[in-house]
Amino acid sequence: MRADPTDYKLVSPGSLQGVLSLLSAEPKRWLPIAGGTDVMVLYSAGKLPNRNLVNLWNVPELRQLEVFPDRIRIGATCTYSSLRNHAIVSREFPLLATAASWTGGIANQNRGTLGGNIANASPAADSLPALLVYDAELTLVSLRGERRVPYREFHTGYKKTVLAPDELIRDISLPRRFSGYVTYTRKVGARNAQAISKVCLAALGRIANGVIQDVHLALGSVAPIPLRLTETEQLLIAKKIHSSLFGTVRRTLIQEIRPIDDIRSTARYRTAVAGNLVVEFLGKLTAESARS
Amino acid sequence: MNPSHEARATSTVSFAVNGELRNVRVHPMERLLDVLRNELGLTGAKEGCGEGECGSCSVLMDGLLVNSCLVPVAQADGSNVVTIEGIAARSLLHPLQQAFLESGGAQCGICTPGMILAAVHLLEKKPQPTPAEIREGLAGNLCRCTGYTQIFEAVAKAVQPRVAR
Repeated sequence: MRADPTDYKLVSPGSLQGVLSLLSAEPKRWLPIAGGTDVMVLYSAGKLPNRNLVNLWNVPELRQLEVFPDRIRIGATCTYSSLRNHAIVSREFPLLATAASWTGGIANQNRGTLGGNIANASPAADSLPALLVYDAELTLVSLRGERRVPYREFHTGYKKTVLAPDELIRDISLPRRFSGYVTYTRKVGARNAQAISKVCLAALGRIANGVIQDVHLALGSVAPIPLRLTETEQLLIAKKIHSSLFGTVRRTLIQEIRPIDDIRSTARYRTAVAGNLVVEFLGKLTAESARS
Repeated sequence: MNPSHEARATSTVSFAVNGELRNVRVHPMERLLDVLRNELGLTGAKEGCGEGECGSCSVLMDGLLVNSCLVPVAQADGSNVVTIEGIAARSLLHPLQQAFLESGGAQCGICTPGMILAAVHLLEKKPQPTPAEIREGLAGNLCRCTGYTQIFEAVAKAVQPRVAR
């Protein structure tokens, strides 16, 4: 049933301090809303449990994308359009720029925000594996102060995070140390435009003298949370890439992921595709490293 | 004020619509789409899916294409909104509208306002788009009649300089 707007309240403090004051005074009462691409879908369907919303769209402190010598700091309400059109993001963080271009159509990219995607915590979100492989760090703020949390520790279970009820994601920092890496990302869905992934891999790596020096792998839609493949990475470090390795890679990966059958795919298909994508990435890593 | 009474309170939202300043007395969580259609009588934006998938409610907000079904009207306060009704210059159709007419880019017409606004947005960002860029620019707009070929042709036609036609 369609929601009745008179049952809901939406306030616009217009500053970060104002938003945090509300969250601090009544921590469980307020649901932050930025571009509305998740919240308004639930609202329109009459399925939004929260009746009190606080507007982040007009909070300038959350909109900035700052470039420092060693990192970039992305304000939580930077939109997908602003990310994919940003020169440094496109050049140094192509996995994030590409994922931004996959997230909905242009209208949703103009409204959907990176912080919103993180807080919504869908394991199928396409930008989240990219944040995992780039070693993103989140700044969480409340009136109590701020704390930094490695993004890989943010999700604790399906739609569960370490964010306290009075806290807000303020920004996402990415270290600028991956420019020499070979990157790979591929989303497998029912079609290219506007389809939610069945499996999505973001990967980057570096080879010297034919040996893997560093490799980061993260998958979406194969577990209750966006998943960094720590054990598969450990297996690959200091190895030479050869097809004889691929069987072990697939077996290790299967131990790490926890895919399910749902409306979009099956656990069996996801497992097979996840292995294929990692093997395809290793092929690209070999080919591009040989060329350079 | 108790919470339920508070929630029922309306507020005034002021924004420019097609170049004209409008003040509307609304509930902050009303959808921009409903305010445009019901309060301002601008029925060009259509409700298709109501969940941001189909693009038939597309409008421009501060020059950016948005799905008006996903915008609480309070977030439009102080903004500049353009709907399909504001695209033509009086009786002179916008080049994209003319191209849609000439190419048969509209069948039932439900998707057409959103398609045209998505194309306006695209050509403002990329005045000479490739065919792939046209498809991407319109990827968030669905046509239930599946007349995509004529729609893409219409956009390509509008890109060509008027003098060359």
